Amino acid sequence: MIDLFLRTIFEENLALAFFLGICTFLAVSKRVETALGLGLAMIVVQAITVPVNHMIFQGLLIEGAWGWLGLPEVDLSFLKLISFIGVIAAIVQILEMTLDRYAPALHRALGIFLPLITVNCAILGGSLFMVERRMSLPESMVYGLGSGFGWALAIVTFAAIRERLRYADVPQGLRGLGLAFVVTGLMSMGFSAFVGVGLP
Amino acid sequence: MRKTPLTVPLIDQNPITVQILGICSALAVTTAMATALTMSVALIAVLAASSVVISLIRRHIPASIRLVVQITIIASLVIVTDQFLRAYAYEMSQRLSIFVGLIVTNCLVLGRAESFAMRNPVWPSLLDAMGNGLGYALVLLLVAFVRELLGTGALFGFQVLPTIAAGGWFQPLGFMLLAPSAFFIIGGLVWAIRSLHPDQAEPDEFALRTGRQERVR
Repeated sequence: MIDLFLRTIFEENLALAFFLGICTFLAVSKRVETALGLGLAMIVVQAITVPVNHMIFQGLLIEGAWGWLGLPEVDLSFLKLISFIGVIAAIVQILEMTLDRYAPALHRALGIFLPLITVNCAILGGSLFMVERRMSLPESMVYGLGSGFGWALAIVTFAAIRERLRYADVPQGLRGLGLAFVVTGLMSMGFSAFVGVGLP
Repeated sequence: MRKTPLTVPLIDQNPITVQILGICSALAVTTAMATALTMSVALIAVLAASSVVISLIRRHIPASIRLVVQITIIASLVIVTDQFLRAYAYEMSQRLSIFVGLIVTNCLVLGRAESFAMRNPVWPSLLDAMGNGLGYALVLLLVAFVRELLGTGALFGFQVLPTIAAGGWFQPLGFMLLAPSAFFIIGGLVWAIRSLHPDQAEPDEFALRTGRQERVR
């Protein structure tokens, strides 16, 4: 389990190894504080949605899930995309309302990031990977937490680097987006150096 | 050349290098030309169909729930595409793994629906969708071309450069098949485009106070 956790953070980092959530990754990484807020929101949402989607997929969509109703051959797994999106949007909405009610300070800090996350490919990608790799429920919990954490780690470090890069004298055409890609590439190399790290 | 909704997004307003839309699902499929091409075709199909559908019913969508409606339409189209690939090109759908499904959250599709198809008639929306899709495909195929050629010495799976293992002279660069190389290639591509079109370059966030003229050349 710890092995899976470490692997999802470093070796299979959603942003740096699978290019998921890169749009948000590049757009919301100009300052460390905003990156930190988005990263935290990402960890929370990912840790909740992956296990919930796992339960929905296993309970309602997979072939044979309706066997207890006498419909063993019903296979609804093609509906997984649309139901996952719905679940993610609903969870983000519920989370936003809960935070607004019980932790207004946190809601102010994370508020603007939560809607952004609904259309983040990393969240949907996490759930789809969970289905593709046929994880069990505990595994999907660890995977959700780990992948959210890995994404947050990547965006915070990236934002820190970008803050320093502001003062660098960069060639005209490379400024901004171009350099951001190159730095992401370097970070991706750095993270891939952890491949094979595991507990003995 | 006259600028139309079809040609502008190819380079001038390229969705990936200028608008920064739709990179998420783009880069992971660029290790080979075949996967990149399939992905591009799938994306163009979804984008064109969703733009047409949304543009057709744009007067009937209430403003407050338009995002939900758009996402539902896009998701349904993606499911159809995914099932189609599974039925007629099963191996390819396995190689693309989850990335066809991720077209749903591709910001490009939703972005064009929201910013163009919601406000324009059907024909311009279709052209705009095709143009953006082609711009996306162009970048994808360029990156895939470099990665597959240098990574394996092949194009579309056919050996172009004879590798050393097969008795030739070409030493494949394994690095090209790893994730970081895609970032470097696209970074370089952005640099090249912006050097040719300086108006696309981003302004400095903090201009240096001492002028650049004084620097020793």
